[in-house]
Amino acid sequence: MAALAERRMVPTSPSAYTAGMRITFTMDGILRGVRRGVPLLLGIAPFGAVVGVIALGKGLTLAETLLMSALVFAGASQLLALELWTNPPDILAVAVAALVVNIRMVPIGAALSFWLDHLRGWRLWGSLFVTVDHSFALSVAENRAGGRDAGFLFGLGVFTWFGWLIFTGVGHVMGSVVALPPDHPLFFAATASFVGILVALWRSPRKDVPPWILAAATALGTQALHLPAPVPLLAGAFSGALLAAWQETRGTRA
Amino acid sequence: MTMRWDVVMAIVAMGVVTYLCRAGGYAVLRAVPTPPFIDALLRNLPAPLFAAYVALALSKQDLAATLASIPCAAAHARWGNFGLSIVVGVGAIALLRWAGM
Repeated sequence: MAALAERRMVPTSPSAYTAGMRITFTMDGILRGVRRGVPLLLGIAPFGAVVGVIALGKGLTLAETLLMSALVFAGASQLLALELWTNPPDILAVAVAALVVNIRMVPIGAALSFWLDHLRGWRLWGSLFVTVDHSFALSVAENRAGGRDAGFLFGLGVFTWFGWLIFTGVGHVMGSVVALPPDHPLFFAATASFVGILVALWRSPRKDVPPWILAAATALGTQALHLPAPVPLLAGAFSGALLAAWQETRGTRA
Repeated sequence: MTMRWDVVMAIVAMGVVTYLCRAGGYAVLRAVPTPPFIDALLRNLPAPLFAAYVALALSKQDLAATLASIPCAAAHARWGNFGLSIVVGVGAIALLRWAGM
């Protein structure tokens, strides 16, 4: 394990040392990420099963469904692409669907630079491959709590990737058996995991209440304008982040 | 376990586009130095992103979902355990549905 931890784990700038920010990538960190991912499976399972059931309904084989989950690993874009699925598939249409929904991930990778800047090779590009909203948010929370092991992001990502693969596969195999009514309490698990993650990111009323309210209001307002799927989410996220960044930098400028 | 080439092509196209979204933003910002405000913006992105997620998810569900989020959030604030928070949330909405909501 020492070999895994020591190679190229040196911070890129000398100031990183002085800031006490030496970033590592160890098996301990990976396992810590895996352990954090276990309860999240409760939120991933119903969503994955639904994607599997819909893939079956659209005529995808189990192997094709698993390939999609493995390569794309982004539930909302898989759902949208399956909505648009034709036989034979319109490659451009599904690629555009993936782009439209997953464009939100562009700033996510950049926002993880506090760890990613210290990684190279498979640790860097592999971590990015398995990064989703959950692992992003929880890694930021981990970093804020003093976590300096970038293995956390990788472990959490790989674990949820396996979970996603398994549950979309289960959904496909179980087919109509898991066709629960849309208001079944189990589907609330995904929302409940979002609520839990949001609470985990809480710092203080002054820092968090204004940007959170602005983010929610902007998202709902944009949604009311019937703009396409990722727009309300992106508009909400960026309006809140802009306000939070303004609050933060205003203090340093004064 | 069969795979059709045209389906595989479509899935690979989705995968490539998605990975470019995941890695592209980081790759660009790694090459280009970012001003402090952009740094602060990116650092502050996760919570507003999830605030927007929660607001949008709740807006598409009934009142029971909004009410069930309260004990779910309270459980997470108190114990910080994701599994427990999710179980509390699902349990609360099951109870509300059972009560006729």
